[in-house]
Amino acid sequence: MLNVTGIDCFYGDVQVLRDLSLSVQRGEILCLLGRNGAGKTTTLKAIMGLVPVRSGTITLDGETISTLPAHAVPKRGIGYVPQGRRLFAEMTVAENIEVGLQTRGKGEKTREKVLTLFPRLRDRYRQRAETLSGGEQQMLAMARALAVEPDALLLDEPTEGLQPSMISLIRDVVSGLKDQNVAIVLVEQRIDTVLSLADRVVFIENGVLRDEAHAADLKNNPDLIRKYVGV
Amino acid sequence: MRADRALALHLAVIALLFGLQYVLSPYHQGNLARIMVLATYATGYNILFGYTGLLSLGHALFFAAGMYGAGMSMRYLDFPALAAFPAGIIAATLLAAMIGALALRTTGVAFMIVTLMFAQAGYLTLLYFNEYTRGDEGFVIPQADRAIGLIDLSADDTRFIAAWAIFSVGLLIALAIVRSKAGRVLVAIRENEERTRMLGFNPFPYKLGAVTASGAFAGTAGAAYALLFGSVGASFAAIQYSIEPLLFVLLGGAGVVLGPLVGSVLMFYLIDYAREVTTAYLIVVGIALVLLILFARKGILGSLRRRSDGWLP
Repeated sequence: MLNVTGIDCFYGDVQVLRDLSLSVQRGEILCLLGRNGAGKTTTLKAIMGLVPVRSGTITLDGETISTLPAHAVPKRGIGYVPQGRRLFAEMTVAENIEVGLQTRGKGEKTREKVLTLFPRLRDRYRQRAETLSGGEQQMLAMARALAVEPDALLLDEPTEGLQPSMISLIRDVVSGLKDQNVAIVLVEQRIDTVLSLADRVVFIENGVLRDEAHAADLKNNPDLIRKYVGV
Repeated sequence: MRADRALALHLAVIALLFGLQYVLSPYHQGNLARIMVLATYATGYNILFGYTGLLSLGHALFFAAGMYGAGMSMRYLDFPALAAFPAGIIAATLLAAMIGALALRTTGVAFMIVTLMFAQAGYLTLLYFNEYTRGDEGFVIPQADRAIGLIDLSADDTRFIAAWAIFSVGLLIALAIVRSKAGRVLVAIRENEERTRMLGFNPFPYKLGAVTASGAFAGTAGAAYALLFGSVGASFAAIQYSIEPLLFVLLGGAGVVLGPLVGSVLMFYLIDYAREVTTAYLIVVGIALVLLILFARKGILGSLRRRSDGWLP
């Protein structure tokens, strides 16, 4: 579905991704694990066209998206929730979702669907985004990304800095999306969240994909986790 | 209905302005006509600065383009006022689109500098071709030419109504723009351009649209100024005419459709009264701005809106 094949990416002269390949299918959750600076976020940015891909290709359902300008990528049906939420602070909850709906011309049905996933946003509907709590802001960031009705969703540390009840809510939403056949790429630091949510895990180190494992196997054999993210 | 509440408010303000001509003394009526023309200018500037978050220091060039587009076509091509007015608007709009396409290759402070440079270049060009532009001392459009058919635009009451009509149309267009889907994208760009791109919008055409629209407003105001008040000159292309709409918008409330009108009225009368008291009236303006930054950073209507659960567009 979403295929990344042998990409090289650079920040200036510094190579940050080396010959990196991965793929994720509909209804599958792929988790990227690795230490800080390994290249997890850069991989997501490369898929979104925000970091230029110097060689290699990225395709979505067979269509090459790595040559598209950044603004054309979401229109193909990829939602992205970047780290740190990045809401439109002065706009209301309603307007934030509205902008998301505009991307692919979605309407009332999508809005209802998104608000059903996050009922709390309905209560906050006319509030400015900056007045929301951290958890509510994360919900809104996800809601806005889901307003494009994505076929693939990229999440960069969606549970960072949230209270346990909020984390489990976001976990439920992500596994719900998987059941709706969305392909999900998740960057996450919490091992318990990773093991309970992910189908497959890839380990990235210094911009290179080192290993790959099924989450079920990792539960019994955590050596890889210790090797790539342990201290 | 919240949408209609906003429209009703704007229509009420338009009606109030119309009614004021029957109440005000001729002196204040003349002032208000001038204010409404300048408020039209600032209302367009607000689309760019208040809604899109782009700070231009070069809009005097578009104001002057409207003014000279109208004035020169009357002076050299014998255009009647009815044709000169759109000629000014078209000149300013085209110029804004061209300069926007170039200046928008930059962002932030560089955008301010580039727009300022273009405006200064335009100002100096007007002075350089002094033989044709009468840039240094300006020229007067003869009163006999400032008429549409039998309507004399230089008479107090018709001038007021003309200024009122131009402002009203401008205000309603601005309201329609900011409440449109494109208007929402403009605000998204102001809030976070990169994020807007990640959501699938190419910011460039939206920003160019905002520059062009605000240039069209500036040109409309400039052409109207030439026709209603009869004077054309290079001083209207100088830096203070670029800063003026910025001050009006900041005072009234950036990103509020009615903000520029409120800012124009207050700043105009602040300067007017300060001038009676002292020749150093700019000190008073400066103090007003310092107080504004300290106590109402969002401007008057901007501060009000934060208490009004955001229905004011």
